[in-house]
Amino acid sequence: MSESTELDQSEISVISADDSPYGAIERTQNGDRVIYPTVDSWVEVGSKLLADGWNMCIDITAVDYKAYGPARNLPEGVAEERFEVVATLRSHERRELIQARVQVSVDNPVLPTLYNIFPGVDYAEREIYDLFGIEFAGHPDLSRILMPETWQGHPLRKDYAIGGIPVQFKAPTSTDTK
Amino acid sequence: MTITNQSTDKDDTAGLVDQLDSVPRRGAVLRMSEVQAAEIEDSEPLASENDQTMLVNMGPAHPSTHGVLRLMLEMDGEAVVRSKPIIGYLHTGMEKTAEDLTYLQGATNVTRMDYASPLFTELAFSLAVEKLIGIEVPPRAVWIRMLMTEMNRISSHLLFMATNGMDLGAVSMMIYGWREREQVLRFFQKVTGLRMNHNYIRPGGVAADLPPGWEEDVMQLLEMLPPRLAEYDILMTGQPIWRERLQGVGNLTQEEALALSVTGPILRSTGVAWDLRADQPYLAYDEVDFDVVVGSFGDAFDRYAIRLNEIRESMNLVRQIVEKMPSGDYRVQDTKVTPPPRGRIDESMEALIHHFKIFTEGFKVPEGEAYAAVESPRGELGCYIVSDGSAKPYRMHIRGPSFYNLQCMSHMLANSQLADAVAIISSVDPILGEVDR
Repeated sequence: MSESTELDQSEISVISADDSPYGAIERTQNGDRVIYPTVDSWVEVGSKLLADGWNMCIDITAVDYKAYGPARNLPEGVAEERFEVVATLRSHERRELIQARVQVSVDNPVLPTLYNIFPGVDYAEREIYDLFGIEFAGHPDLSRILMPETWQGHPLRKDYAIGGIPVQFKAPTSTDTK
Repeated sequence: MTITNQSTDKDDTAGLVDQLDSVPRRGAVLRMSEVQAAEIEDSEPLASENDQTMLVNMGPAHPSTHGVLRLMLEMDGEAVVRSKPIIGYLHTGMEKTAEDLTYLQGATNVTRMDYASPLFTELAFSLAVEKLIGIEVPPRAVWIRMLMTEMNRISSHLLFMATNGMDLGAVSMMIYGWREREQVLRFFQKVTGLRMNHNYIRPGGVAADLPPGWEEDVMQLLEMLPPRLAEYDILMTGQPIWRERLQGVGNLTQEEALALSVTGPILRSTGVAWDLRADQPYLAYDEVDFDVVVGSFGDAFDRYAIRLNEIRESMNLVRQIVEKMPSGDYRVQDTKVTPPPRGRIDESMEALIHHFKIFTEGFKVPEGEAYAAVESPRGELGCYIVSDGSAKPYRMHIRGPSFYNLQCMSHMLANSQLADAVAIISSVDPILGEVDR
């Protein structure tokens, strides 16, 4: 059985926060640019990205690394936390893609909102709040979006079991028809 | 690359465009929870700047809401002041489910998200997995994928023609759109075995080669469609009632569309010529010639006209793809992801074991993260996968275009009439399966 081409980790190039135009550690992985802001610099980096021509926040999502087996592949200087929020941005002018990934701790799962820079993250941040329990400080309407408003827990967290929800069945109505 | 401009005579709507040109109209979004809304009694005025407004609930079981979309509309008489789309009625936790399915089973899961254009979700998923493994699929698989997704774009836009017509009272259009779409689905059935939810595009290539005689089937479709599209033009495009109903309705400005992460025909209707196929080509879209259809007014009519013309562009693309279809393998010959050919299973024990292992344990994907995106009929459809080196994705996220496009609905609805709300919802063309996932 032949071994297929694996990810070549040596292709990764890392730029330190001081040298990056956005003030965050930056690296190129598989041809994609990824920057690693901190929770404190999240909004500032967001506005720098917008000013630099990244005119559309395509997507924002989160990953819960609680049950991740192998060692996290993070650049030096980025302290790993349980949650990682991933924002994907596009520049229509340069026709490029960039990702900003921020580490969010489980003890204080609060991240400032990007709503005031990219209003398009409105629903996506609500989805992250709903499914991961990460709060976005300053979001105009931080409420559950996919799950019912009264739902307990955050389903996409790794400690939220599959199939752990009791299903209620109605008792069958009387079949006595005479 | 040439850009086709939709020339439509709409000077009478210019005043409305100016009036709505404040960016971004954040006041358009109703920020009220469902619990709060439920506490308000019927016909009781809401406490807002204008004391005369009241809350009207539309959906989730309204025929024009394309599934189960619910809208809370704050009305001032007949005019919509603010609104809030409420979603989640179709939420089945598909992203959570994906974490428990192997990469081979994953395609069966994602294909059920956008049920009107299932092949695109399969494609985005497969591209992301292939990016992680670092394999390149053979040319024939690439071109089969292009053929099938372009056909799917046609069928999806035909479905839009049908539902858009139905929503606006052109009930015969519903039958016509469905009739033509069914012809395309029949082709899908011949190739993939299923009308919808194909599980045809898989990591490593496609599930099966095109059946013998596929060129004739495609050509038959390409001959059948143009006269039907000409009928649509007579029935709708050139018809005064249709134009009255759509022109100047649900305007969106370019700035709003960009700020609200809107993609696809809605973004292009505002005049932004952005199409991933042309601007950041995937598959072999850099080897074919096509136009990006853009509008200029950002209203419901532009969105209709763009989709109608995208059917024509896709037909043009399909013609080129049929001509250039290379021969060769339809899936990558990499024993790691590809099961052995059927013939070898009968004679080789190892092949049988290998086959069994691929379908039970699945294949392992190197750890890492990858984002891959395609241009679906509704906009940018992205897939973000995190792999921990096992046979199942650690996290799989789909960036559904309908989910993001829904955000612009409140802004389109602001200051419009309730009667136009149906036209506006219809012109966004949301697929709720993809919104709720």
